[in-house]
Amino acid sequence: MSSIEFRKDLFADERDDTLKEIGKPTVRQDILGHVTGRTPYYDDHLFDGLLHMRAVRSPHHHAEIRSIDTSAAERMPGVRRVATAKDVPNNLNTLLSLINFGRDDEPLCAQTKVRYLGETVAWVIADTERQARDAVAAVRVEYAVLPHVLDVEEAIAPGAPVVNEIYPNNSFDYHAKYDHQKLRFGDVNAAFAQADHVIEADYQMSPIEQAPIETCGAIAAPETNDRYVCHTNTQALFFSLGTTAKLLDMASSRLHFIGGTAGGGFGGKVDSIVEPTAVLGAVLTGRPVKFAWDRYEEMQVGAPRGGERWRLKDGVMNDGHIIAREFTGFFDSGAYMRLSPYAIIKGTGHLPGPYTIPNVASNVYCCITNRTPATAMRGFGITAVDFAIECQMDRVAEAVGMNPVEVRILNAYRDGDMKAHRRKAKNTALIECCQVAASKANWAISANAAAQSSLSGGGQGKRGVIPDSATDEEGRIGERRQGRVAETSPSKSSTGRVPAGTHTEAIAGAPVQNPDMQIDADRIGHKMGATQTAPAASVPAAAPAVAPPMVAPSVYAPTQPVPPSAPPPVAQPPSAAIPVAPPPVAEPASPEAPAPYKPDQPFNRGVKRPGRSPFTSGFRRR
Amino acid sequence: MAKTPITFTLNDAEAAVFVDPGAPLIDVLRKDVGDLTPKHGCGQGTCGACTVLIDGEAHLSCLTLAEGVEGKKIDTTAGLAGGPNLHALQDAFIRGFAAQCGFCTTGMLMAAKALLDANPNPTRADVIEAISGNLCRCTGYEPIVDAILTAAARLQGRTA
Amino acid sequence: MLSVETYQTISEAAGALGDRSRYIAGGTLVMRAVTYGDQSFDRIVRVRQVDRSISSDAAGLRIGAGATMSDVLASRDLEFLHPVARLVGGPAIRNMATIGGNLFAPNPYGDFTVALLALDAQVVMANGQSQSLESFLPGRDQVRGLVAAVIVPRIEPGSFMFSKVSRVKPKGVSLMSIAVSSKRGDPRVVFGNMAPMPMRSKGAERALANGADENAIISACSLCTEGLQPADDALATAWYRSEVAPVHLKRLLQNGGRA
Repeated sequence: MSSIEFRKDLFADERDDTLKEIGKPTVRQDILGHVTGRTPYYDDHLFDGLLHMRAVRSPHHHAEIRSIDTSAAERMPGVRRVATAKDVPNNLNTLLSLINFGRDDEPLCAQTKVRYLGETVAWVIADTERQARDAVAAVRVEYAVLPHVLDVEEAIAPGAPVVNEIYPNNSFDYHAKYDHQKLRFGDVNAAFAQADHVIEADYQMSPIEQAPIETCGAIAAPETNDRYVCHTNTQALFFSLGTTAKLLDMASSRLHFIGGTAGGGFGGKVDSIVEPTAVLGAVLTGRPVKFAWDRYEEMQVGAPRGGERWRLKDGVMNDGHIIAREFTGFFDSGAYMRLSPYAIIKGTGHLPGPYTIPNVASNVYCCITNRTPATAMRGFGITAVDFAIECQMDRVAEAVGMNPVEVRILNAYRDGDMKAHRRKAKNTALIECCQVAASKANWAISANAAAQSSLSGGGQGKRGVIPDSATDEEGRIGERRQGRVAETSPSKSSTGRVPAGTHTEAIAGAPVQNPDMQIDADRIGHKMGATQTAPAASVPAAAPAVAPPMVAPSVYAPTQPVPPSAPPPVAQPPSAAIPVAPPPVAEPASPEAPAPYKPDQPFNRGVKRPGRSPFTSGFRRR
Repeated sequence: MAKTPITFTLNDAEAAVFVDPGAPLIDVLRKDVGDLTPKHGCGQGTCGACTVLIDGEAHLSCLTLAEGVEGKKIDTTAGLAGGPNLHALQDAFIRGFAAQCGFCTTGMLMAAKALLDANPNPTRADVIEAISGNLCRCTGYEPIVDAILTAAARLQGRTA
Repeated sequence: MLSVETYQTISEAAGALGDRSRYIAGGTLVMRAVTYGDQSFDRIVRVRQVDRSISSDAAGLRIGAGATMSDVLASRDLEFLHPVARLVGGPAIRNMATIGGNLFAPNPYGDFTVALLALDAQVVMANGQSQSLESFLPGRDQVRGLVAAVIVPRIEPGSFMFSKVSRVKPKGVSLMSIAVSSKRGDPRVVFGNMAPMPMRSKGAERALANGADENAIISACSLCTEGLQPADDALATAWYRSEVAPVHLKRLLQNGGRA
């Protein structure tokens, strides 16, 4: 029945074929439960006296909340409690604070204004779901509608409405320095000047809803010993637990989370919204409470893979070689930052796709709009840009009059080639994929293309080394909103050079809590500069959580030359200093720089510092 | 709240419950009777995860008014296996890897049972039509169609 | 608070209807509204004796309002409507959804009614009064009483065509549906989902009045969106619907709906 074909002729010596399970048919260990209907999904746990919780949601994209009148709803039959933002002990979080990334920017329940259609403004807890719905309809909210912005490029233009005051420029602050994630490898502008063809195109990907058949939901109930049990279908149990502990200002030891069985997720069940909400309901009523999205909510407020816009510019020679590729990318993160800023860092490490191109530059923006916040979905950060890249490859083939498969094979990366994020490619297989796909589709390719291999020719000459790279400092935080940066694309004029062979360096996140969490250069996966000392060791423990990425492939500011004899880099502040905050935007030209983030209230139990869960902290050991 | 008493046959056993006015059959089965095999996916007739058989025909239990099943015969996945022996459909789903997350599976099985009861020798097109109201998001349609055809062949072999 | 009232006959139920009440037949529309907390009604009215009969008499083919899509598919007299009924939902929906309910189904549902309008069906109410479907539809949301049956005039073999355009295969919700009845001298072209209710395309009908030759088809396609009011929804924009409506009409008229 299976149509899987194992091509064991390929890369045979890279694989152990004596394995007992891999590559052999097997029976799913959980499938007996599925076909008998005995698999216990979260909603299959029955509780006596279960209450039902429903959210009152904003009908506006962007509006100030003038007043909320819950009095009529409270008098409705079966209603046990109406809750609002005031009932959430610590009503501000960002999902990735648990790995120390980003600033707290999202309330569990909107308090002063709503930033997307469907945002929660209040909750009703009632005996039946229908009674909860009826009471939701009776909650009166007075709004003052504000202008909204739904387009990524309009959002970061001067004069756009400020969606989320935590990020007043409508874009994520990368490394406390830029309003976008930079990648600079070689010198694209010099290469474009030499290219026979310059091919430019825009690609737009719509948001995509994961749409699992089982919608997001959780049931929470008081347990003995002052604990709460929570049955949930989260895809990220400890994320959900840590988030709940933080939002409800509750020691995580008081939370007993049970999960692991989800009726589909695809990335749409990581945002940890239903769990803190259900536990809050259980805390407020002392009863078991179910909070689940209906299908409309799953589609409207369930975070999708965000929309992305990509602008690609290729410099191509007549023989089909791509000598330069420039990206300008815009992620629509929606009204709040969840996983999008992180996805951009991941995506930037992926550029320029599975090809070896000697000059690459990229600016990627994480834009805040009045849309539903975006989150994970199956390779997010990679999927959309790959769509753009592969469409672009067909345009390149057309421009030079070549077979599109052969153009791909010609430019494909090979083992040992240097990638734009300054790591060598290994286990590459694009050439073989192209060859097999062409053969399956009866698509003729030349004998030369058919003879190529990912295993040979890689890393030779310039293919294996980091080129001399042009850098710039365009797009510092706040400059664009002031109208001081006209372009979103990578700068046309460089202001610095980084010598050939320069690896990157690690940017530390928050300081480690314990010495055994000290980052170990061998473990973080990429090479650091020769003179790099362990970062963060000297950082005061009280450093605020202005959170640059934890182990960022920080390709934007390569500063440390590998050859010790090379001259020191020019005009680049050492990034290792960044975590010492305040953010180094203190140039006289940037008076609007945001103040460093400070939480408005401390945590008293379980959580030692803002953005820290007692479960995940510092750099995880492997 | 005034509840209404109803009785019906569930998987060949008698069921008698008091139901809330306007309650859909799925809520009665899951909460009042405790048969958790119909799954709640959309509440609007789109996904088919709540499919049950009413008098032998596939129905969506989320869109069925519970008071309307008075005296009727209802079959769910809970009654599919005969004691310890799995139904041929269940067996074929297991061997054919026709489930991933499992949430659509019970609805798929009931839609398939309705088909095989009415048409023991279906074509591939018949099977596709029979499960066209059941969504699977883990992209398992091909193994599901294969498994239903396998089960049909096995049932035919046994009874022929 | 919700209540359910059960009556023996449709006449009794019709008398019991009033403000804040909704008659339930197959349940595919009403139960969804109940589950999603529709605040516009709190009384559900139902009937024990539902008319699911399909019969043939001098006036044409009479379909009881309680007949389901599956009942239509089981009727040999209604063979020309089988392709329409088969395109409604999956098998479970077809076992539940009724012809009477389909008359009230808002966009993007109600494909069967599109076919009935092209066939110039009559609507028979529980009190015995009847009117054309075309005059019934504009007031369907304010209608008093209950629909008892629909009467479909007999047609010449091969004089009726239907297509439903959806994005998901094999089954998806309707982007638009088109029904064409090519009765001589009185052709009807009806679009579903191209206006707040199924709507005749007067422009296309004018162009086809003297037969459906190649020129008439081209003319019908260019005029077909005249007077229609498509809307944006999750499946398509109004603009897109207007752009592709002529394409789908042409496919239907030339190839029976195939691309």
